[in-house]
Amino acid sequence: MIQIKNIKKTYTSNNIKVDALKDINLDIKKGDFYGIIGLSGAGKSTLIRLLNRLEEPTSGEIIVDKKDILAFNNSELQEYRKKTGMIFQHFNLMNSRSVRGNIAFALEVASYPKEKIQPRIIELLKLVELEDKIDSYPAQLSGGQKQRVAIARALANHPKVLLSDEATSALDPKTTKNILNLLKDIQKKLNLTIILITHQMEVIRDSCNKVAVLGGGNVVEVGAVTKIFSNPQTEITQEFIKHLIPEEEAEVAFIQKKGKKIVKISYIGVTIDKPIISQLIRKFDVDISILAGSINKLVTKSVGFLTLELSGDMEKQLESIEWLKQNKLGIEVLYNG
Amino acid sequence: MDRIISLLLPAFNETIYMVLFSAIFSLLIGIPTGILLYVTKPGNILPMNKLNKILDLIINIGRSFPFIILMILVLPISRFIIGTTIGSTASIVPLSISAAPFVARIIEGAVSEVDRGIIEASISLGASKFEIITKVLIPEAFPSLIHGITLTIINLIGYSAMAGAIGGGGLGDVAIRYGYQRFQVDIMIISVISIIILVQIVQFTGNTIVSNITAKRK
Repeated sequence: MIQIKNIKKTYTSNNIKVDALKDINLDIKKGDFYGIIGLSGAGKSTLIRLLNRLEEPTSGEIIVDKKDILAFNNSELQEYRKKTGMIFQHFNLMNSRSVRGNIAFALEVASYPKEKIQPRIIELLKLVELEDKIDSYPAQLSGGQKQRVAIARALANHPKVLLSDEATSALDPKTTKNILNLLKDIQKKLNLTIILITHQMEVIRDSCNKVAVLGGGNVVEVGAVTKIFSNPQTEITQEFIKHLIPEEEAEVAFIQKKGKKIVKISYIGVTIDKPIISQLIRKFDVDISILAGSINKLVTKSVGFLTLELSGDMEKQLESIEWLKQNKLGIEVLYNG
Repeated sequence: MDRIISLLLPAFNETIYMVLFSAIFSLLIGIPTGILLYVTKPGNILPMNKLNKILDLIINIGRSFPFIILMILVLPISRFIIGTTIGSTASIVPLSISAAPFVARIIEGAVSEVDRGIIEASISLGASKFEIITKVLIPEAFPSLIHGITLTIINLIGYSAMAGAIGGGGLGDVAIRYGYQRFQVDIMIISVISIIILVQIVQFTGNTIVSNITAKRK
């Protein structure tokens, strides 16, 4: 659907030339949730802004739906932009207009029939689950709500492509997940192609099916997200994956069965070195499976988490939990079967 | 007392008349010029470097003239447009000409406060340049625009008093002719107080409008 061919972008300031993008080639298929990841200065923001010509490339070709978008004249470009939604890191809503007015703006610009504007706004707000905020002003909304309005606005004119320029970077982790889930839902419902740029690997993990890794103005690695995660080839990609924030245990779905207990153990510093698990098994004769675990190295100490599933004799299970408590470990029973 | 009222009331009306019309004309010239000055900057929605530089120069020159000199310089223009150089109507010409570049600068400042991101979002939605100016820039900058207009009107009240010195009429004229030249201190004081009240009313109205708009947006 979108072919990016030999794209080059050079900025000149004070007679110094900087190559933001050197030679970018990407092929984005219809229905892709395409992630582009890179560190600050990797040129990812420039790249996505070329796709609706907020910026112009120095050379190269961008073909969308078999049309060369760089050859568009002004009115063709405006029409193309109406069919290409974009959302931003800082939401970019108009402060002078309410939620209703902000979405109406997109429709007014596209000369949407007047009597259909209000029903369309309500339809869009239902889609982003924000109907109750229709008459609020942006200043009254949280970051996540603002981004929902921005998404509704971007989708107002039934675009085929949605560009997301660091849309979750200003949001907290939980809101980020909500927004990504919303985008995934919308993508399925509307059969959208989404192109997303980010510097956070967890955003790619949680939403995309394909990913391109940018480094130094070039695509250093590209492919299916599953492939890149299981077998990263370049150092840049490996770094990104290494710094992934572990899934919060709340997000891990445990299979809850009668007769089993799920406990989360947290341990600090010294106890990390003790072989607690093997001692536990020998002492109480319970079966243990490890469901999740991580160690966070803090400046002075290490903090570890383990989520265990205990099975076997009920009495023994209770005793082992007591024993863990005596060993100065933080215990939280997540499921008591 | 009657004497004072019969002297001041027409003068008060003349001041209002001069300020009102010179405000209208200077805003009519200054607002489009200020917006043009902003949008034609390099990297903006209608980049025209040469036009921008020329506008910038003209505005700077216009603003450099001391008003008292400008009044005399534009006498021929007043005669050409109005047919005379004396009276309140004639002083509207120099007042408008001197305030227009000021308005342009104030408006330029107001619209340049609008977040670039909002303009970019509008471009990404396929808005035309005209739509961006009328539906985004002006409404977003509206509180600052009102501030600017308030400031302009207050400046014009001050300048209109000066226009009195070359036969423009108004409160300033009364203050100079009766208060200063004939040592009638009471008239001087009352005309100055009238001007102060006028300024207060304008400032209060401007502030109220601005706080009403910003309260709605919060």
